[in-house]
Amino acid sequence: MIEVIDAERCTACDICVSVCPTNVFDKTDGIPRIARQSDCQTCFLCELYCPEDALFVSPFADAPQAVDVAALKEATLLGSYRRAVGWVEESRHLRTADRSYRLFGH
Amino acid sequence: MTKPPDRAEKLSSSVGSVVFDADVLVLGGGPAGTWAAISAAEHGARVVLADKGFCGTSGATAAAGTGVWYVDPAPERREAAMASREKLGGHLQDRRWMARVLDQTYAQSNQLAEWGYPYPVDDEGKPQRNSLQGPEYMRLMRKRTKQAGVTILDHSPALELLVDGNGLVAGASGLRRQKGDRWAVNAKAVVIATGGCAFLSKTLGSNVLTGDGYLLAAEAGAEFTSMEFSNAYAISPAFGSVTKTLFYGWASFTDEQGSVIPGASSKGGRSVIARALRQGPVYAQLDQADAETRRHMRVSQPNFFLPFDRTGIDPFTQRFPITLRLEGTVRGTGGLRIIDDSCATTVPGLYAAGDAATRELICGGFTGGGSHNAAWAMSSGYWAGQGAAKFARQLGTTSRRQAFRRGTVGLRSGNGRPLQGGSLARSVQDEVFPYELNYFREAGRLGGALRRLDALWSDASAADAPDEQELLRAREAAAMLATARWMYRSALARQESRGMHRRDDYLEQDDRYLHFVTTGGLDDVWTSARPLASRQYAEAAE
Repeated sequence: MIEVIDAERCTACDICVSVCPTNVFDKTDGIPRIARQSDCQTCFLCELYCPEDALFVSPFADAPQAVDVAALKEATLLGSYRRAVGWVEESRHLRTADRSYRLFGH
Repeated sequence: MTKPPDRAEKLSSSVGSVVFDADVLVLGGGPAGTWAAISAAEHGARVVLADKGFCGTSGATAAAGTGVWYVDPAPERREAAMASREKLGGHLQDRRWMARVLDQTYAQSNQLAEWGYPYPVDDEGKPQRNSLQGPEYMRLMRKRTKQAGVTILDHSPALELLVDGNGLVAGASGLRRQKGDRWAVNAKAVVIATGGCAFLSKTLGSNVLTGDGYLLAAEAGAEFTSMEFSNAYAISPAFGSVTKTLFYGWASFTDEQGSVIPGASSKGGRSVIARALRQGPVYAQLDQADAETRRHMRVSQPNFFLPFDRTGIDPFTQRFPITLRLEGTVRGTGGLRIIDDSCATTVPGLYAAGDAATRELICGGFTGGGSHNAAWAMSSGYWAGQGAAKFARQLGTTSRRQAFRRGTVGLRSGNGRPLQGGSLARSVQDEVFPYELNYFREAGRLGGALRRLDALWSDASAADAPDEQELLRAREAAAMLATARWMYRSALARQESRGMHRRDDYLEQDDRYLHFVTTGGLDDVWTSARPLASRQYAEAAE
C-alpha cells in the first residue's frame, strides 16, 4: 500500500491525486494527503506517474508497513519502478525492452 | 485540413451537477472503453467516456503487462491458434468469432504501432506485437481518446442507466467523486466497458472492477452468459498484489518443510496448489529459470520484481510464500450477453465490450491469461463503438424524449437502515473467495452459499440509500452480490466440469451440457440453456 509522500521532494503538483484509480489521495493547501490508505490496491501507478520520485508504495497489499524514508533514499528505491520501465530519460531504451515473446509458450 | 471532431455538448453546469448531451456514452476507460470511444468518434459520434477512476490507470491492463492474441495472418498459423484453444475452453468457442477477433486484433495492434507504441524488435529485426506493457499502452490510449475529440470524465463512476419510455437506453448518471457532485449524460447509445468483477481481492489493478456495469445493465434488463466460468485464481506472493502466473511456469512449489508438492504447477496443477493452501502455507521459487530467462523476465514485467526487490527476496534462489487471489470474471469468460456482430446486448441502445461482455465466443469456458482478453477488449471495443455510433445516427433526434432512472438497490429510500457497503462487500467475499466454495464446486455447498447470498440481497434491496460519500461503496458491494448470485446459479445449472468450471460432484465433461448457460434477474435470478451458434446453424440447415 502507499506509505510515503516525501515532503522534501513533493511539489504539490497533485498528479497522484488525479491518476490514482482508487482515489486514495486528497488535495490539500499543501502537499497531497494519503486519505484512504486501505483503498490502495498496490498497483504502483502513482509512483510511476510521480515526476519527482516522491512516492513509495510498499509491496504489502493487505496491511500498512512502517517505512524508513531515509533508508529508501539510501537504497535508491524511490523512483525505482519508473527507471525500470523506462519512464525517465536515462533509461528510455527500456520502453522497447519487452522480451515477453521469448517467454510465451514455455 | 481535416475538420476538428464534434464534441459532446455541456448542457448545464449548475451547482451540484453537470449535464452533457452526447451521441454515445462509454462507461469505463480501460482498453475496451478507450477503443470503443475512439471507434465511436471515428464513426461520427459525439462521445463522452466516464471512468470510475482515471482513464489511463484504471483497470486490470493498466497496472500489468499483457499478452495479446496477435497472430500473423498466414492461414496455417491462424488455424493452429484457434485449434489450440478449443479443448481448453470445452469446445464452446465459435470459429467465426475467433477468426474475426484475430483479424481485428491484428489490424488494431498495427494501428498502435503507427500511433507510436514502442513495440520491441527481435534479433532478426522483426517487430514483436504479441505483448503490451499496460502503463505504456493505456497512457497512449488516453492520449488518442482525447485526440479523437472524446470528453473524458475521470473519477466519475456511473450509478445508473437512463431509459426512455420505449425501453431504449438514453444515457446514465453518476458521481463526480473528487468534486462532490453528480453527472448525467443524455446519450443515444451506451457502451458498457466497466470490466469484470474480481470482488476487491487486490489481484493486480482489479479493485476498480466490482461488476458495476453488470448491475446497472441488469437493472435495464440485460442478460448474462457463461457466468459459471468465473473462478479464475491467480498466483501472487502471499503478502503482495502482483499476479503474473506466466512466470510461475519456472517455479517449484514446496510445503512448510520444503518438500516438493506433487503435481503443483501454474499450468494444469493450480488446483493442487489450492488444495495445499487449505492445509498450510505454500512456497514458490523460480528455480527453473536460467540466466537468460531471468533477464527476459526482468525487462518484460518490471513490476513483478517490486515485491521481491522491496523485501530483499531473490525469487530465483529463495523460497517465498504464495497465495491464490480470485480474479472472478476478469479472467473468467462470463459477462453481458451480446446478440450480434456489433456487440449489442438484449437492451436496445446498450452495447458491451471487453471483460464486461462475455468472452465465450473466443474462449469458451477458459482463458489462460490476458492474451485473449486483451484481443477481445480491442476488437469488441472497436465493434461496440462502431455499433453504438450507428445506432445513435439511425435514432435521429431525441431532444424531446423523457429519460427515466433505472437504478434500484442502494439508490432508493427503504426501511430506514442505510445500505452498508463495506460490511456487505466482506459478506460477499466470504462466499466467493473460499476455494471449497468457488474453485471446487458442489451442489450442497453452492446451494448453501446461494441461500446466504439471496438473504443478503433481500436485506440490501430493502435498505435505504446511504450518504453520498458511501454511495459508491454501497453500489459496488451490491454489484458484487448480484454477480456472485449469477455465478453460482449458473454453476448449479452446469452439472458437469468444463473449462475452468469444476464440480466435485460431476468430475467429467458431459456432452449433454454442450451449450451456454444464460442468466439474469435481480430479485429472482434465473438461468436457461442456450444452444451454441454452430448448433443453431446446424439445426437451421436440417
